[in-house]
Amino acid sequence: MNRTILKIKDLSISFKMGKTLTPVVKNASLELKQNETLALVGESGSGKTVTSMSILRLLPKSAVYPSGSIIFEDKDTLTVEDKKIRQIRGNNIGVIFQQPMTSLNPLHRIGKQLKESIYLHQPLTSNKEADQKALLWLEKVGLKNPEKRLAAFPHELSGGERQRVMIAMALINQPDILIADEPTTALDVTVQAQILKLIKDLQKELGMAILFITHDLGIVKQIADRVAVMKDGQIVETDEPGKIFNNPAHPYTRHLINSEPAGEPDPPDNNSNTLVQVENLKVWFPIQKGILRRTVDHVKAVDDISFTIKKGHTLGIVGESGSGKSTTGFALLQLNNSKGKILFGDHSLNDLDTRQIRDLRKRMQIIFQDPFGSLNPRMSVAQIIGEGLDIHLPGMSEREKEKHIISVMEKVGLEPDARQRYPNEFSGGQHQRIAIARALILKPEFIVLDEPTSSLDRSVQFQVLELLKTLQKEFGLTYIFISHDLKVVKSLCHDIVVMKEGVIIEAGDSEKIFSNPEHEYTQKLIETAFH
Amino acid sequence: MTPLNRERWNRFKANKRGYYSLWIFGFLFFLTLFSELIANDKPLFIYHDSSFYCPLIQEYAETRFGGEFDAPADYSDPYVVELINKNGWMINPVIPFSYNTINYNLGGPAPSPPSRDNWLGTDDRGRDVVARLLYGFRISVFFGLTLTICASAIGIIAGAVQGYYGGLVDILGQRFIEIWSSLPTLFLLIILSSVVQPNFWWLLGITLLFGWMSLVGVVRAEFLRGRNFEYVTAARALGLSNAKIIFRHVLPNAMVASITFMPFILGGSITTLTSLDFLGFGLPVGSPSLGELLAQGKANIQAPWLGLSAFFVLSVMLSLLVFIGEGVRDAFDPRKVY
Repeated sequence: MNRTILKIKDLSISFKMGKTLTPVVKNASLELKQNETLALVGESGSGKTVTSMSILRLLPKSAVYPSGSIIFEDKDTLTVEDKKIRQIRGNNIGVIFQQPMTSLNPLHRIGKQLKESIYLHQPLTSNKEADQKALLWLEKVGLKNPEKRLAAFPHELSGGERQRVMIAMALINQPDILIADEPTTALDVTVQAQILKLIKDLQKELGMAILFITHDLGIVKQIADRVAVMKDGQIVETDEPGKIFNNPAHPYTRHLINSEPAGEPDPPDNNSNTLVQVENLKVWFPIQKGILRRTVDHVKAVDDISFTIKKGHTLGIVGESGSGKSTTGFALLQLNNSKGKILFGDHSLNDLDTRQIRDLRKRMQIIFQDPFGSLNPRMSVAQIIGEGLDIHLPGMSEREKEKHIISVMEKVGLEPDARQRYPNEFSGGQHQRIAIARALILKPEFIVLDEPTSSLDRSVQFQVLELLKTLQKEFGLTYIFISHDLKVVKSLCHDIVVMKEGVIIEAGDSEKIFSNPEHEYTQKLIETAFH
Repeated sequence: MTPLNRERWNRFKANKRGYYSLWIFGFLFFLTLFSELIANDKPLFIYHDSSFYCPLIQEYAETRFGGEFDAPADYSDPYVVELINKNGWMINPVIPFSYNTINYNLGGPAPSPPSRDNWLGTDDRGRDVVARLLYGFRISVFFGLTLTICASAIGIIAGAVQGYYGGLVDILGQRFIEIWSSLPTLFLLIILSSVVQPNFWWLLGITLLFGWMSLVGVVRAEFLRGRNFEYVTAARALGLSNAKIIFRHVLPNAMVASITFMPFILGGSITTLTSLDFLGFGLPVGSPSLGELLAQGKANIQAPWLGLSAFFVLSVMLSLLVFIGEGVRDAFDPRKVY
């Protein structure tokens, strides 16, 4: 039996805002044993990250701890003096954060940042030894050309490589515990799988315990020895993954498991006309050099692609980040400069001037990935939703406008009474509903959905997808659905285009592609998504 | 008021120093707006021979009150005062001198020290210092406010256009500003003052011509950042025109930074006017101005009440503005959410 090395008992955490206390974690208890991986699962806002950050006392000063203790090596990390907690940080407990882009200091070379944590906890290391150690660890985390990488700056590495460096930094002092806070969420699926395997291998080698925080149940299945489910700051269930998945005791756990996207898209009308036709679309961004800014080369974000969408159908564009999917969607709506032919109905979009495009905009709309970022925080919900009416139907009376806003809010499942409130008073799923309402009020025919669900929790994703399906049926909408999440794509799309490095590598009927992918890359994508 | 603005106002109120400074400054400015009623060489109101007179609005000849000359009545003349009081009454302002009234009835040579008549003494032409401070404060603040509002408006528009459109517009605008801001304003003013007699509006125009750049950088930076926000792209996808996007979606982000700077720009504008007056290139001769009083204080070291009173008024006014500015800055600071 492995011994327990971290014990969280009856922990409560509140945040102080002015004079009010907002409880975030309520009486949570956890135990972490040597060599084991404990997955902490829950939706955003459930308090998973706050719990894990409190272990190293990394929370801001406004956090207070009404009750509980966190025992590590017979000491309560909540009350030990600052000097001691700094020794524990990085030396005994390492942390990997969610954002590999911002967790590394962009001004220092990788080698220097790695060596920094060596010097901090082993101050007597010589420069040469530290260099060797940094090199060894870069090799261990599977970075190619580690000698060169030591002198590289963070921006020269890809997201996956940066996450590997973060892992090396967290583990270089061989800690007893690794806290991994959604370490793979910001990464592409194929890279995700590699990083997970790396963490698992290193755990075996070093014999450390891992506290793995995630909202992705697929990952939990792969990696966890035990699972703790968190909801509204409380731990509702802790058990082995086999039991949790097959026989969940708590209704919330059951709800989480059942909200994995499934189902098929509604059968489309195969005889409908073509709505959008794209021929030889190119989006090239110039690379300029020298004082005269001469164009020396181009970044070919989208390079010569063609496809068609029939009215009432959903086309899924699938690919990893940087494959040009979003750029394609933006080009269709004339939000960036493109070459080639885009036929929308009988209009050739690239031949129209700004004014003509502006008139067409009410027929085609877009919904963005970041639901909060796409809403102006200074405008009330009614103003946001009604903005399109002001432009395209300027003669409308205030009363009629109000009526339109209320009816569209009801359509997307928002409470119309909330229309005078501001976006920050709503949740992520509601933000996306507001964005859908804004697009829908102009009664468009064609909507580009740019990863509309990827920043939402699974159960909310499920609701938004259902809403999109219902609206499609009711209004005969045509969608382009851009996503990297194949499970979601499968449940919504009729046709699929797979993109890689700006070109289409495979296209066709959704069913055919999922059951019989031809291209090697597509096969890999599908395999990692549905293992 | 939106909840955000209410929160900001509460945060401003919580900063006691800034809040009280605003009240004191507001009170002083309000007071000086009515300088004519406080410091004037004409009575506010006259009752004579069962009719009412208001010399502030209309000029009356001495003959009207039974005097001998058919010239405007001099209300500081004891003879006129006696004439009026014989057959009625009059209400005098608290300070019976305007900014340009020369007190010929001094105990010694001008500048004369503080006395019961002239609370802070007189300047070297025998004019009352308190009256000149009152009017000078008003003209300084008025000049500062007008300059601040005009300069901010031009600066915000220039910054917004450069930041939003970027590219060639931005490059040309930035180079123009670099050249423009390196022109020597003071020499231009000296040359100008030998060609025309600069009055209030001339001065305002010239300082505005070279003073609108202060907000450009801040606003431009906010626009460079803001034009890539997703809700700006969303607005473009909805079909909004560029002007509407600038005003409705991006400008509010830049306003926080701009409003934060404004009290400091106001302080700077007042200092500019004062220093021009001090050097003698400012408002026309005889205008009440704090800078001119400072210059007199420098020329008459033996009369310290001149320099000291101008110094105190200026430093109180500028300190109040800095305190208000600090309060505003903290109230608008997005990181200071308690």
